Amino acid sequence: MAIDINKVETIIGEHGKDENDLIQAMLAIQEEFHYLPPEALEKISEQLNVPMIRIYQVAAFYKVFSLEPRGKHIITVCKGTACHVRGSSMLVDQVDRVLKIGPGQTTEDLQFTLEEVNCLGCCAIGPVMTIDNKYYGNMSVSKVERVINKYVEKEVVADD
Amino acid sequence: MTEQITPVELEKQRDQILSSRDASKPTIMVCGGTGCLALESDKVAEALKKAIQDQGVDAKVELKTTGCPGFCEQGPLVVVHPEKIFYTHVKPKDAKDIITETITNGKVVDRLLYTDPITENKVLYEQDIPFYKQQTRVLLKNSGIIDPEKIEDYIAVDGYKAVSKALFEMTSEQVLEEVKKANLRGRGGAGFPAAIKWELCRKEKSDQRYIICNADEGDPGAFQDRGIIEGNPHSILEGMILGAYAIGASKGYIYIRHEYPLAVKVIKQAIVQAREYGFLGNNILGSDFSFDLEVQLGAGAFVCGEETAMMASIEGRVGEPRTRPPYPAQKGLWGKPTNINNTKTWAWVPHIINNGADWFASIGNEKNRGTMIFSLVGKVNNTGLVEVPMGISIRELIEGIGGGVPKGKKLKAVQTGGPSGGCIPESMFDLPMDYDSLREAGSIMGSGGVIVMDEDTCMVDVARYFLEFCKFESCGKCTACREGVKRMWEIVDYISRGYGEEGDIELLEEIAHAVKIGSLCGLGQTAPNPVLTTIKYFRDEYEAHIRDKTCPAGVCKALITFEIIADNCPGCTLCARYCPVEAISGEKGKPHVIDESICIRCGVCRDVCNYNAVVVR
Repeated sequence: MAIDINKVETIIGEHGKDENDLIQAMLAIQEEFHYLPPEALEKISEQLNVPMIRIYQVAAFYKVFSLEPRGKHIITVCKGTACHVRGSSMLVDQVDRVLKIGPGQTTEDLQFTLEEVNCLGCCAIGPVMTIDNKYYGNMSVSKVERVINKYVEKEVVADD
Repeated sequence: MTEQITPVELEKQRDQILSSRDASKPTIMVCGGTGCLALESDKVAEALKKAIQDQGVDAKVELKTTGCPGFCEQGPLVVVHPEKIFYTHVKPKDAKDIITETITNGKVVDRLLYTDPITENKVLYEQDIPFYKQQTRVLLKNSGIIDPEKIEDYIAVDGYKAVSKALFEMTSEQVLEEVKKANLRGRGGAGFPAAIKWELCRKEKSDQRYIICNADEGDPGAFQDRGIIEGNPHSILEGMILGAYAIGASKGYIYIRHEYPLAVKVIKQAIVQAREYGFLGNNILGSDFSFDLEVQLGAGAFVCGEETAMMASIEGRVGEPRTRPPYPAQKGLWGKPTNINNTKTWAWVPHIINNGADWFASIGNEKNRGTMIFSLVGKVNNTGLVEVPMGISIRELIEGIGGGVPKGKKLKAVQTGGPSGGCIPESMFDLPMDYDSLREAGSIMGSGGVIVMDEDTCMVDVARYFLEFCKFESCGKCTACREGVKRMWEIVDYISRGYGEEGDIELLEEIAHAVKIGSLCGLGQTAPNPVLTTIKYFRDEYEAHIRDKTCPAGVCKALITFEIIADNCPGCTLCARYCPVEAISGEKGKPHVIDESICIRCGVCRDVCNYNAVVVR
């Protein structure tokens, strides 16, 4: 997948000037592309003057970073304690049944990625699932497929 | 407003803002916090706006989006001021009625009122709802009243008055002394006196000092920092300005989780506004004092809540903790003296400067002063953010404010302090919620997460859950934590799957001890707490898993079966249609049966059943 290198340069420029800004620049790249494309990491290395080995060390350490391309839609299931005691692990199993992807995996058509997150901080309405930063509170196993289908259908409309 | 203002002009501004507002004019406050947003409160706000325009009452009413008033369970929340008529579970289609009835006709929309689950009475006003009645709201007082995106709203409630007072009427020593006299203890969990830390940092000789606000609220089940940031961001900035003045720091960082996108947006906006007004930047309010702030995003590593790991992360490195000493106050960010406090600690400072140490000491108990914000979640009727004086008993918190356990289930335990804390059984619920009592019970206060557990919660599963969390979040630097937590997880996981053996409990205790003493930072030192407390108070549940191969709470999948009670099942076929593996069979109108050999125990049948016919054995 080719990426717009000018865009990468602009993003890095907006978020950092030296090695102290490494994480912030990487977060901005991840936000834009949903993962860290190798070309972008090389640009970061060049612009912020940081060796590649340190960039990979940071990328491997922090959970939010992904070195693999991720889906167009990111499904996140909260596994915070409050969500856990209200059965959020069953939501993960259900997403697996619907899309055939486990946590950290992406569907073959690059449409969906399933992620788990420690806590989204809306514990009162747990269990919580998000798709592309849209929150679905008070979720249940029986609602999962319906919610996912909203995004599948959108895709069909867009292709028309 | 780009010119820098002086204290006199600030007061003038405040008067202007207040006189331009009519306190008797109805104002509709819609909660825009993450919790209510997830329940589509943004659409409610839009619908209200449209209804106001449609009915031509623009001049009669004001509409405002606020931060979180705390009662997330009942969201989306809409409160009509000045009477504080409290509407719950508001849908966009209710907007028309709220405007026609409440604003135009001065009547209450009955169906949207809160119903007390115990008395089943409808409650009209916010202040009469038991959830709010028993709280002492100081830090949360203005969340739900001010628009967090407008600095003018904060100024209207005496915002930045403490900064003006401190910079022009007090020396930096006096500010520090006042906080010291108040004995404000760090709200991050350990309860170390804030002013002592400040003093150590201040005494250190250096050309540069830093302060940090720890808003990396990583404990699962805690969201009070998010609540304050989203509801009242300027209170944190003001606290940090005061702290920086007392310490002599010129630069500060707010380290916040990227998982809180709304809070990040709100706090960044607040910083820009504060700079425009001259509360941040060079020569604040025309004084000699200069200070500025920057936001740093966390990247999803729990260990970064530990202060030395956090500093490494701010410096753009991997967040691994290091040995102390040197303490951050001696050698912190880039080797310079640095002071780190939790979000809530900073938010307290303006209140202490405005009202004095004696006022602060009048709340709470002798050693634990002030209030604490708890996020009350899990199996409890009223979930949300509650602010109460330190030292309130667990029972008062859960049964009084929380309204007890839903569906008539039996209360079993509470878990406090996140992965570093422990589980406290129902028999000890008269214990006061303060730093020292909780520590004695084997748990900790932590940042204030309180997760309520009922009879359907398996304590072995809870221990397994937290071990899995710590196993994943351990940075891997200390062997005891990296390997020990993993072994403990394996043992508990085996127990939960029915492979537990005699001696496992003792082995767990032994490893727990080794992990505690063999780890550098708080993560490893406290990771065994959930296991140790569940063994201490719920040993019989471990034994049931190990000896009888049963899960008394009906949670551990390998040890349970789902069954349909024939008498309750009318044969609606709903469960059979939802079952992902076609394990349920039966004719329409007749009781259904689950084939245990096919069942994967996903629980969807119990979830969809409208007749309580599916049970776990």
